[in-house]
Amino acid sequence: MSSHNTYPERKNSLALPVILLTSGLFLLLSYTLLSIEQAGGLAAQVQSALPKSGAESPVTAVLLNFRGYDTLLEVMVLFLSILGAWSIGRASLPQALIKTSTIQISCVRLLIPLMILIAFYLVWQGTRFAGGAFQGGSILAAAGVLLLVSDFPKLIQIHSIHLRLGFILGPVTFILIAFYCIFTNKTFMAYPAAIVSQLLLFIEIACAISIGLTLAALFAGGRPAQESSIAQRKGSTL
Amino acid sequence: MITTLIYSVTGIALFCMGFTALILCSHLLRKILAINFMASGVFLLLITTAYSPDPALLDPVPQAMVLTGIVVSVSTTALALVLACRVQETTGSAVFKRLLPFRKNKGQKD
Repeated sequence: MSSHNTYPERKNSLALPVILLTSGLFLLLSYTLLSIEQAGGLAAQVQSALPKSGAESPVTAVLLNFRGYDTLLEVMVLFLSILGAWSIGRASLPQALIKTSTIQISCVRLLIPLMILIAFYLVWQGTRFAGGAFQGGSILAAAGVLLLVSDFPKLIQIHSIHLRLGFILGPVTFILIAFYCIFTNKTFMAYPAAIVSQLLLFIEIACAISIGLTLAALFAGGRPAQESSIAQRKGSTL
Repeated sequence: MITTLIYSVTGIALFCMGFTALILCSHLLRKILAINFMASGVFLLLITTAYSPDPALLDPVPQAMVLTGIVVSVSTTALALVLACRVQETTGSAVFKRLLPFRKNKGQKD
């Protein structure tokens, strides 16, 4: 029994008061917005500290250096969400292979290497212009989604341990580098000045791979369906 | 100034529209969409505070925060969708009103 399309829309007496209240909230928030005095922002501080940050783009410098905690926690949130999705259910990937059209297969074969190339170009450029781990990661995720909807035969045979390692690559690299800073600079996440740009690039590449894999796995919606059968097959051949 | 104001007020309006829909809509998918609306409103408001007519004074901090927020919003939406799918599978309905009184549910026992 699917009630996707034909569920009865609630006709309740709550509608009018709620709309009135949220309109009041709108007016209140707008009034607050108008009464905020312009403080000028943090642009000057960021600009003055930029040479020390190891990145030429101010947004990347803020993301990975000045507010590195935010990004670390964000990568953790992404990891937690895939953890939640995997513990709730299995991905509903087709068990039997669907016949995908030849045109789609060849298009995907052409596109995937190009997308991976562009993703890493974006990560590489992230230290200078707009771009970085998240933009590159989302393109990697798009490549993964394209593979998922094209039903590539190899894809359902990927053992989940590879995916698991990919998910933790970003967070673990980030945390290890942050702890490494304790030994060199006595402060958590205070990168040593000599190799700061290399460290940032390391973090960005690891995070991009993790973000791409995680988003694509979230699209699949659960842990791999055939995990147990593959494990059995491997066990029987050994 | 007036352009910034238009964007900010639009952001607040999106937030309030999403909030209204979150309370009034009973389908879980619509609730998730409503939360996304609210998030978009907040992002629009935040990114507008970063704007400055002088390119040297563009504030990178709100931009970085919005970038972080977008990724968090995407991942929470994905988790919420997985949960909503599970609710639909288990109870046969993803309408929130019917979920609360479990006794009145369609009698599916598994």
